[in-house]
Amino acid sequence: MTVGSRGEAPVLVGLGEAFGLVLRRELRLSFRRPDQLLQPLVFFLIVTTLFPLGLSVQLSLLREMAPGVLWVAALLSSLLSLDSLFKSDADDGTLEQLALSGQSLTLIVVAKTLAHWLVSGAALVLVSPLVGTALAIPTAAFATMMGSLALGTLTLSWLGAIGAGLTVGLKRGNVLLSLIVLPLAMPLLIFGAGATDRAISGTGALGALYLLAALCVLTCTLAPFAATAALRITLE
Amino acid sequence: MWTWFYRLASPPFVFRVAAALTPWFVALAALTIGYGVIAGLAFAPPDYQQGDAFRIIYVHVPSAWLSLFAYTTMAVAGAIALIWRIKIGHAVAAATAPIGASFTLLALVTGSLWGRPMWGTYWAWDPRLTSELILLFLYVGVMSLRPAFEDPGRGDRAAALLSIVGLVNVPIIHYSVVWWNSLHQGATVAKLGKPSMPGSMLWPLLSMSVGFMLFYGAILCIRLRGEVLNRERQATWVQEAVKS
Amino acid sequence: MTTAADGLCVEKVHVWRGDRHVLRGVSLTLGEGELLHVSGPNGSGKTTLLRVASGLLRPEQGTVTWLGRSIAAASAEFQTALAYASHEPALKGDLTALENLRFMVGLKRRVTTAELHASLERTGVAPCADLPARVLSAGQRRRVALARVLAFRAPLWLLDEPYSNLDAAGAALLSALLEEHVATGGLALVVAHHDLQIGSATRRLGLAP
Repeated sequence: MTVGSRGEAPVLVGLGEAFGLVLRRELRLSFRRPDQLLQPLVFFLIVTTLFPLGLSVQLSLLREMAPGVLWVAALLSSLLSLDSLFKSDADDGTLEQLALSGQSLTLIVVAKTLAHWLVSGAALVLVSPLVGTALAIPTAAFATMMGSLALGTLTLSWLGAIGAGLTVGLKRGNVLLSLIVLPLAMPLLIFGAGATDRAISGTGALGALYLLAALCVLTCTLAPFAATAALRITLE
Repeated sequence: MWTWFYRLASPPFVFRVAAALTPWFVALAALTIGYGVIAGLAFAPPDYQQGDAFRIIYVHVPSAWLSLFAYTTMAVAGAIALIWRIKIGHAVAAATAPIGASFTLLALVTGSLWGRPMWGTYWAWDPRLTSELILLFLYVGVMSLRPAFEDPGRGDRAAALLSIVGLVNVPIIHYSVVWWNSLHQGATVAKLGKPSMPGSMLWPLLSMSVGFMLFYGAILCIRLRGEVLNRERQATWVQEAVKS
Repeated sequence: MTTAADGLCVEKVHVWRGDRHVLRGVSLTLGEGELLHVSGPNGSGKTTLLRVASGLLRPEQGTVTWLGRSIAAASAEFQTALAYASHEPALKGDLTALENLRFMVGLKRRVTTAELHASLERTGVAPCADLPARVLSAGQRRRVALARVLAFRAPLWLLDEPYSNLDAAGAALLSALLEEHVATGGLALVVAHHDLQIGSATRRLGLAP
């Protein structure tokens, strides 16, 4: 099968190894730009501050608004960071190399999206207790809040991967990205904020969490293929 | 075996067929909508609970059904074009998008007008209307994505992929909105339910629905011919048709 | 006589970009030990042809086969045998030259650091191995990209304007590498708008806009 005297046939690289290579590269690139990592988190904190400033500081009112405010802020700051998922690779030509690497592009997309979630969504989940305290969410509800945010941000990373795959390389692509992703993210918002709300009022958040988890599983299963198809369309 | 299928999908064939079908669609649509309007406005009795206000159902419900039907058509046509590379699918999707968005808008406006006598306000976040609103956003997303690409072929394919993703989401969105509404049900919000229907109310509704679908078919044929002409403007058959 | 089963075969490929019929029924064959120089003025579709040959762009009509099999059907095998270099050097600015290479080559085959250093040495940028790519000059980046092509150890080279940003020494080096690659049975398709000073095995395909 090998054409020409190339010596022995090359040792091919397995899926797990390739996945690890991509994941490590993404994390390495992210941590070499720590300022870019922090910006969406700071945005998250700023947006959640806007609501008490704009409305009222009465703790009871804050507590009622808290799930919605938290989730809207998480959505918006996730959207900010999603733009960069494929943009840098598309701009410097490495995306083409990835598409021609001999590895499955879907696998590469999964690794990239997971790495992206680890540094954006997971970071958001870790910061959320701060915000929760600021919005008068009782600590008993923190577990549900963080669990729902973890599931929600992961789903959002995937929806965003589809949107980013479609809009990378377009002028004002980030506006289009928001336009595309936000309607698709509305069920997320409903279930996530609903779960947190029920945890605060003590009426049992498990149902909402299960629904959110189902959404997450569905998205994690189907979205990689949609995102890869989107990238191939962009690359043409 | 597939050759006849590809012949069916060839632009000049579709162009001629659409032209032939249009007058039929228009005539039948006029008949069914005419019957529906007259029977619905004049002959159906006023509703026990809602009085005469319910009559807007004859426009609201068919619009809502068509808005979903058009989105499904757009997504399916896009999928056929993406998977089997049958380009007429992209033309159908592009032609159908604004029609579907208009139906969605109509459903929202009529729903809001219906809400006024029911709830005392034009908008009360009723689950069905909220789902329609999100559907409108999905339409706007697809219609904005297509022209954003410099290469129209890529724009078509991107829009097709997005509409497929949207179609998968539509039932999810609908269910989540219903769930959300059940959480926050205010005491005075009555749902925009269809009143229980005796025949004299139901027939005009069915007739209007069929009529709206025929109307959609007519407009689609007209817009599709325009799309085909535009997309195939370099082809010889178009240049000859334009010259003659 | 090169048959389809010997190497790369592009047959009657048509590509439209909007209204422009960029590639009109273009065909080419490339066998072992052959170098094909694709030339033509700007806008004649040279890069488009290369992207079709690499599989990034699916043509509206026509086929591309590698060793007799369609590249769409046998994409993993084709890509493993392919070294593609686009007009951009395709390096991440925040990674060092060595890290860049280790990642891209590592996806295609198991490679040792020593081999990568050797490739960088061969293209004359060994001192740049631990520098982040963004501090390298355009010429150095081009040489690192070349080192990557070498390190892939792939039989088929598809190179788009590989001479850009290279000084005279770099150009001579590239020509020498191409001759060596072809002499050992490799295949190369080079897009360049100027003349290549390479020996006998060069064929030429001219594209018109």
